[in-house]
Amino acid sequence: MMSSATLTRTETITTAKARGPRRSHVPGQKPFGPLRVVAFIVLALMAIGWLLPFLWAVATAFKTETDAASGDPGWIGASGPTIEAFTAILSQGNVYTWALNSLLTSVAITLITLTISALAAYAFSRLDFTGRKWLFVVIIASIVVPPQVLIIPLFYEMLAFNLVDTYWGLILPQVVAPAMVFILKRFFDAIPIELEDAARVDGAGRLRIFWSIVLPLSRPILASVAIFVFIGAWNNFLWPFLVINDTTLMTLPVGLQTVISAYGVQYAQVMAQAVLAALPLIVIFIIFQKQIVKGVATSGFGGQ
Amino acid sequence: MTAATDSTRTIVTGSKAIPRDRRPGSRNREQLVSWAFLAPFLIAFALFLVWPIIHGIILSFTDQSLTGAGGAFVGFANYAEALSDPKMWQSMGNTVWFTLLSTVPLVLIALVMAALVDRGLPGQWLWRLSFFMPYLLASTVISQIWVWIFNPQVGAANNILKALGLEPIAWLQNPDTNMLSIVIATVWWTVGFNFLLYLAAMQNIPPQQYEAASLDGAGPWRQFWSITLPQLGPATVLILILQILASLKLFDQAYQMLGGVASDTTRSIVQYIYEAGFVSYRFGYSAAISYVFFALIVIIGVAQALIMRGKKEQQL
Repeated sequence: MMSSATLTRTETITTAKARGPRRSHVPGQKPFGPLRVVAFIVLALMAIGWLLPFLWAVATAFKTETDAASGDPGWIGASGPTIEAFTAILSQGNVYTWALNSLLTSVAITLITLTISALAAYAFSRLDFTGRKWLFVVIIASIVVPPQVLIIPLFYEMLAFNLVDTYWGLILPQVVAPAMVFILKRFFDAIPIELEDAARVDGAGRLRIFWSIVLPLSRPILASVAIFVFIGAWNNFLWPFLVINDTTLMTLPVGLQTVISAYGVQYAQVMAQAVLAALPLIVIFIIFQKQIVKGVATSGFGGQ
Repeated sequence: MTAATDSTRTIVTGSKAIPRDRRPGSRNREQLVSWAFLAPFLIAFALFLVWPIIHGIILSFTDQSLTGAGGAFVGFANYAEALSDPKMWQSMGNTVWFTLLSTVPLVLIALVMAALVDRGLPGQWLWRLSFFMPYLLASTVISQIWVWIFNPQVGAANNILKALGLEPIAWLQNPDTNMLSIVIATVWWTVGFNFLLYLAAMQNIPPQQYEAASLDGAGPWRQFWSITLPQLGPATVLILILQILASLKLFDQAYQMLGGVASDTTRSIVQYIYEAGFVSYRFGYSAAISYVFFALIVIIGVAQALIMRGKKEQQL
């Protein structure tokens, strides 16, 4: 029933929207004008400045504890590079448990957030029901509530539900993301309604339309939202820090934090830890750079 | 679900109107379907956002303790105590001070970074990685790195000072410099987010405008001042709002960089909420401070909205 003409048009619209305007160079500029060289040098210096702290951490992680504590500013310690600090960290076992906890809870938070937000966003975008307008206003207004303000009542609630020191106590309070509902609704609004009309003529129900027409067309925005929610959950500190006391249930950021105080003087090991914890996110960034960059733009401006 | 919505079939009209069956009952069906779609989100929304907001207000009027003791109604006693608590005002002051110190460099440096990267210089991938990568790191990781850099005996920061012939500083241990140290780490950590927002805004400017300007003989510097910058107004307002709101929520890095030690010069309002609730076990009092803080955020939000509206009217 869908005419191929409509389909092609929609595809162009959605892909164009997804990619956004891009320009490879600023037109009307000489490729190597003097101003461009200066700009390049300034940019390179800033980039080095921004990479240095992390490179120092990496350099320290490859030193022996004695070299790290010696205060010698060299990149390589007097005893030469070593992976001692990494093996010491990885032989402790807790790091694996924490990484696994972080992965499990972050994936769960991402999947639940995405599912419930997309369903609600579809209802706000396409369905007609009593109270639609004011309910949407309430949800948008709740974006201003800082999660930090709710730690006391939320902790109290987790105590009442017996969820303190459980995965669910960690996950559930993090799945409500009103901003994501707003971002998804705005994207669904831009999908031409004709596509759904055709499917409805064929007798498809709302859930089918949502699943087989709307979601596939929304892949780019879903990917952005998912990456964003995942990174937020992976790095969240305050809530996991409050709700988890059991060492075996801690997430990576909370677990690592307990270790600093335990051996604060072992610089090489602390830096090896920091580098190991940073690694997965650097890999994610290198793989998904385009989606992340676009996700920041859409999610950031979503607050408008 | 499919069967339930079967009756909403309609004849193709080719118009943009939402096809709607005129048979009785279909509207009720759409209501039902709507609430089914909304239910999972609304349940979570009610349980983990709406109820905590309400319950927090209730708790703030009691002397509830984390240990389960107390819970008696105390009226406005917690609020009265909060407003006359020097520690509350001190942490409020620290929070505002941090917000002022961090927002200016976080917006200006981001603008410079984006303006330079937007020139289309080679190495786009590397610039984005360098500036944005720190933002992806957990607060624990960045705290560990900066505690090491700011180490008074062997840290890189003092090595640089020594190389420049300056006196070493006890960055995090000295109450005069610990807030500044946290600001430096925070700028490094989060400037990448603002950088990407600015970059997105700059890339929305049609290239034709630059082409026309360069035909008129405007150089890159002139183009930036007369084309790029004037069109960044809305983006700057948004970045400022997001940055101020983010800076006011200071806790993670400040708490961890000082190793959980409460310092009178860095204790933020969120840290005081945490200390009152989870160190002193005073849930009721902590809830009251939370709402004083929330009030501050709402006041700032409303002020920003009013300023923006005023600006829009000026433009019209």
